[in-house]
Amino acid sequence: MIFIPKSFQNSSSTPEDNRNRRNLGMNLLWLAFTIIGVLLGVILSAKAVDPTMMLHGMVFSIAAVLSAFALIARNYRNINSPGLADVNGSVNYNTEIIKAGVIASTFWGVVGFSVGLLIALQLAFPVLNFDLPWTNFGRLRPLHTSAVIFAFGGNILIMTSFHVVQRTCRARLAGDVAPWFVFWGYQLFIVLAATGYVLGVTQSKEYAEPEWYVDIWLTLVWVVYLLVFLATIWKRQEKHIYVANWFFLAFIVTIAMLHIVNNLSVPVSFTGVKSYSLFAGVQSALTQWWYGHNAVGFFLTAGFLGIMYYFIPKRVNRPVYSYRLSIIHFWSLIFLYIWAGPHHLHYTALPDWAQTLGMTFSIMLWMPSWGGMINGLMTLSGAWDKLRTDPVVRFLVTSVAFYGMSTFEGPLMSIKAVNALSHYTDWTIGHVHSGALGWVAYISFGALYFLTPVVWKRKSLYSDALVNLHFWISTVGILLYITAMWVSGILQGLMWRAYDAFGFLEYSFSETVEAMHPFYAIRAGGGALFLIGALIMVYNLWRTVRGDVRAKEAGSLVPNMEFAGAR
Amino acid sequence: MFSHKKIEKNSILMLVLVLIVVSIGGLIEIAPLFYLESTIEKVKGMRPYSPLELAGRDIYIREGCYNCHSQMVRPLRDEAERYGHYSLAAESMYDHPFQWGSKRTGPDLARVGGRYSDEWHVTHLNNPRDVVPESVMPGYPFLGKTPLHIPDVAGNLETNKLVGVPYSEEMIENAKLDLSIQTNPDADEIDAFMDRYPKAQVRDFDGNPAMLSELDALIAYLQMMGTLVDFTSYDVDANKR
Repeated sequence: MIFIPKSFQNSSSTPEDNRNRRNLGMNLLWLAFTIIGVLLGVILSAKAVDPTMMLHGMVFSIAAVLSAFALIARNYRNINSPGLADVNGSVNYNTEIIKAGVIASTFWGVVGFSVGLLIALQLAFPVLNFDLPWTNFGRLRPLHTSAVIFAFGGNILIMTSFHVVQRTCRARLAGDVAPWFVFWGYQLFIVLAATGYVLGVTQSKEYAEPEWYVDIWLTLVWVVYLLVFLATIWKRQEKHIYVANWFFLAFIVTIAMLHIVNNLSVPVSFTGVKSYSLFAGVQSALTQWWYGHNAVGFFLTAGFLGIMYYFIPKRVNRPVYSYRLSIIHFWSLIFLYIWAGPHHLHYTALPDWAQTLGMTFSIMLWMPSWGGMINGLMTLSGAWDKLRTDPVVRFLVTSVAFYGMSTFEGPLMSIKAVNALSHYTDWTIGHVHSGALGWVAYISFGALYFLTPVVWKRKSLYSDALVNLHFWISTVGILLYITAMWVSGILQGLMWRAYDAFGFLEYSFSETVEAMHPFYAIRAGGGALFLIGALIMVYNLWRTVRGDVRAKEAGSLVPNMEFAGAR
Repeated sequence: MFSHKKIEKNSILMLVLVLIVVSIGGLIEIAPLFYLESTIEKVKGMRPYSPLELAGRDIYIREGCYNCHSQMVRPLRDEAERYGHYSLAAESMYDHPFQWGSKRTGPDLARVGGRYSDEWHVTHLNNPRDVVPESVMPGYPFLGKTPLHIPDVAGNLETNKLVGVPYSEEMIENAKLDLSIQTNPDADEIDAFMDRYPKAQVRDFDGNPAMLSELDALIAYLQMMGTLVDFTSYDVDANKR
């Protein structure tokens, strides 16, 4: 056997040998999985009833072959390495996986923002649809939403949760190959989902578009993710599980539940892409929005609150404002969020009692949301000057401010009388983006600027001035975006219901579409600014990784030493 | 005395509590929808989609039409005037999954059937701005040029049956035939087809009798939307929500 390391052939048995033997066993197990993966991919591809399954089977088997090679190469490389043991009493954190996460999330962020800009331009200038199947708005819009939520946001969450759980438990990330399976398995999920959308493979459930086989793959990756996260907690050297990890845990578990239930479906053929959902009509609608709203609640909120609870206290070097508020805010947030889904279905065929229940809980949700915001903002007590001196703090704090704003706007829009106007309009799109760009992306940018010097062991970022530039360009972009959508949404909602002096509807539908044009152009402009800001960040992070320091700022950069400590 | 410290020190206890706390809302809101009369009522006229309509619906899903078009008329005065009677739960009871949508970049389509001619749809889907200059909809010129290809027509019906759509054995047996004859009013089997799918519209939808295209399927679907329930005989009070 080619995999047997030298130390394994000796007769004497040291702890080192035992560890190697255990690792070898695990590696062989993982290798067996890749062989199964290759076979499965080949079978799916060969027996495929449609061209997309043929392609995806091939992609799957190629990914499995590459993983097999990587595993073998890794096994040889690790034979003589010092291993995973802690060195000199300090924990040997897994920073390689964090580096991979920084690169992946930055890459997918730029992809997701670019597709967003393209589809924004398509709405202003429909000629950009090119009248081709693969480039029309209907197929690219899910590509945009999935790229920003799952590819960008998901990679940020996996990366930050892996960083935070290690540092707050003072333990190396559990597993050797498992974290890499989570990372690469997740990238494979993204590739399968994205190529599927472009080729017309979709379940048509918003934010749950991937078909049954991609869903099964994600479930597998997610279960390993949960196990890696939990096993790291089990290894902890701290008595208490830190509050950020509560949020990460709730996010991982709840997303698993939502994902599995909402995606229950029956495939027409096990070698074809098409399936039909288990639920129909009203039941399908509420299950979908129970999922959809809590994708916001647990993926884009609970998970990112976990980021807030680690990175803000760490960056401003202050304890979390209130421990008691953390507890109340955590349990009430996760309890109330689940109920809020029906506010996406006001005045539909969903029974009134369910709509009213959804509205009531959505309004109540305002309180824990603001509890979280207050806990985040007040953590700056005594350190508010950092808002002036540290541009990364500016990103983190502004994100919490946007969180506060959109969690006030959300309950407002969930009131049935308001929703009668806002539903089906751009107001919803504006609301989503004040949360997505202002809250989710800003706290992610803060985390990326924080982590890059830490995991690459650099003294500081390349430039703080560029962080500042990124901040202002993207803030102007967000403001243009959301104000354009407020105006267009309310305008169109009012035009739809306007009556003339004779009691007839005043506007045809197409007149209301025409009225949207200037706002769609402004929105695309805002999106372009946001993308430019992200590109500035890519440049800044890339120079930081290279170890460069901008000459002009050499003496004034915020030093990384304060943040690179053991925890 | 209860102390949160217990939960904070035990990851499994925390995990279980989280699962319990996040399950309550969903259970209370969703479970009743499977047995409440108002959500499972049957309304006269509703029937499963014909194979061609189902194929059109699958194309509607594939192209992501739901991203810009709703299929849910709300019981508001302006919507009733613009689109027609508000949508009933029963009207989407065979939709796996629902297509209610969440955004109206374009108008609601729940009752678009019969509103425009087939020729209008052909022109509109080819290049929307030929008939609606203000439109921002993408053009779909490829639909008319692509022959309708479905790997397993009967399989699609069978799968729908498996998840609860009442397709009969006869419907499944004749699925392939039914798919091909809905565009041909002169076919011998058309009477039997009409018995299986009452109110189905039979004609060459895309104006090209030489080929059964994806455009045929999509227009067949669009033209039947909202046409099954006869609202002159629908008793609102008997079906109070």
